[in-house]
Amino acid sequence: MNDRAPLLELERVSKLYGNIRALTDVSLAADSGEVTCVLGDNGAGKSTLIKIISGLHRHDGGTYRLDGTELRLGSPREALDRGIATVYQDLAVVPLMPVWRNFFLGSEPVKGRGPLRRLDVATMRATTRSALARMGIELRDVDQPIGTLSGGERQCVAIARAVHFGARVLVLDEPTAALGVKQAGVVLRYVAAARDAGLAVVLITHNPHHAHLVGDRFVLLKRGTMAGSHRADEITLDELTRQMAGGAELAELGHELRRGDPTDAA
Amino acid sequence: MTETTTAPTPPPAAGRPEGDDRLIRRSLPRRLLGRPELGAVIGAAALFVFFAIVADSFLKLGSLSTVVYASSTIGIMAVPVALLMIGGEFDLSTGVLVTFSALVSSQVSYQLTANVWVGVGVSLLVTLAVGLFNGFMLVRTKLPSFIITLGTFLMLTGINLGLTKVISGTVTTRSIGDMDGFGAARSVFAARYEVGGVSVNVTVLWWLGLLALATWILLRTRAGNWIFAVGGAPEAARAVGVPVNRTKIGLYLGVALAAWISGQHLLFSYDVIQSSEGIGNELIYIAAAVIGGCLLTGGYGSAIGAAVGAFIFGMTNKGIVFAQWDPNWFKFFLGAMLLLATLLNAWIRKRAEATP
Repeated sequence: MNDRAPLLELERVSKLYGNIRALTDVSLAADSGEVTCVLGDNGAGKSTLIKIISGLHRHDGGTYRLDGTELRLGSPREALDRGIATVYQDLAVVPLMPVWRNFFLGSEPVKGRGPLRRLDVATMRATTRSALARMGIELRDVDQPIGTLSGGERQCVAIARAVHFGARVLVLDEPTAALGVKQAGVVLRYVAAARDAGLAVVLITHNPHHAHLVGDRFVLLKRGTMAGSHRADEITLDELTRQMAGGAELAELGHELRRGDPTDAA
Repeated sequence: MTETTTAPTPPPAAGRPEGDDRLIRRSLPRRLLGRPELGAVIGAAALFVFFAIVADSFLKLGSLSTVVYASSTIGIMAVPVALLMIGGEFDLSTGVLVTFSALVSSQVSYQLTANVWVGVGVSLLVTLAVGLFNGFMLVRTKLPSFIITLGTFLMLTGINLGLTKVISGTVTTRSIGDMDGFGAARSVFAARYEVGGVSVNVTVLWWLGLLALATWILLRTRAGNWIFAVGGAPEAARAVGVPVNRTKIGLYLGVALAAWISGQHLLFSYDVIQSSEGIGNELIYIAAAVIGGCLLTGGYGSAIGAAVGAFIFGMTNKGIVFAQWDPNWFKFFLGAMLLLATLLNAWIRKRAEATP
């Protein structure tokens, strides 16, 4: 596996918004059956990176390779057609639409011809149910509006959708943010399921605990630049947390916030 | 033709709470509660009973025929307006667009001394062009559709009056009643047929046809899925590859098509057009769609609901006359009903979502 090029590879990629350097020389690799975690604080450039991978923005410098061939993506549709699926934190689904309509949105199967061309509703319902079941997601009713599901469940449906439509690269934007511990655990289980299904997963997060649970590679971003790149066997959770939070700063903060010692605060 | 359920098969047994874990279907009343048009149907039934009691002549066949005709003229527009609103957009230019479409048809035929079908054809193209303009401006400028169609509304209002005056010298068009093809066009757009002793205007067929088509599109085609999606969460829709702009432009074209049908009906019912007609009707179409369960914010609603909303308007409009009240109260009743129906819809939806 080490000899051939990884499935998705970004090398020294940069992005400018006007005269603001949003991203400078960021490199990242993701291979099938692996989880690559991108960690960073707010404003580290995670969103910009995700937009480049998913085809919403074009990079200004560096190379973007899929299967070893260089590309420049023009649109999210193009990325999807190449097997790069992105699940956004807040815009993964249309809340008022039933689960099965959401599942097939943009790729609806049809039957019949001419004016009788119509949605294959029975297949859509059955496939939604079975695809979700295969990922281990149990839903009472695929007819309920997806907005009635919990945030974690919605993420899971979006992940199952990407897996079902043959995505090879799955990009997850903060899937565990705004979720409780239990819900986050459920989502991470599906991240692992997607990985086991042979997808290359890129997990964007600011939570090193979640990242360390499933990650095979870690890329740390800070103010638009790379602050580190590690394989899972090279780094411990403590070290990851320390690097991400900017260890020294965190220690100082802890010191500052400690109670009962007024002299310290000054 | 007007199917109301989204499920292909009826539930095995209504109200079986916990049987088969995954295959359980929601009970029939529960699924009905989830339908957007429920509030409108209840309202329409209540209103029907009300007018049947207070207006003696309301239940006569002739009266009901008048009510259905009034409903159909509103319904032809309310149905595509509902689709547009489900797609998350407004159109304030619909009322004057109907008049504009009729004016174009009338003026082209009269000025060219041509067969009226020439005017009808030119009118179709010009009306669709206005719809295309609305849609194209929307996706290009990204301005709210409220502003864009308010602009179109004002411009068309001016054009309707101004151009008619320039061409005809008055605010009314010349009669085209004696021109070639008038009879045929009238039979398509404004004929009355006797069905079992009841007079049925052809607009009722147009209305039901558009309703069936709109329901089919919404519930059974890819485009329908996209309409719900672009209204409910446009960014999510775009991210999964839905052609958001094309869908919205298509919706404006649908509204324009219906405006053309309405406009031709207006023209061929009589043979002249008042150029100031139609102002204010756009709000009636929107209100009918809202009473029918369409959310102002998009992503939710049904064509059937809008048709029922139009029926409510037709009943109120004529019911007030049959009850021999002052017709000026019509608008007051409409406003009150709009508020009540919207509150009822919101309440029903909350109940339906709270207990799946």
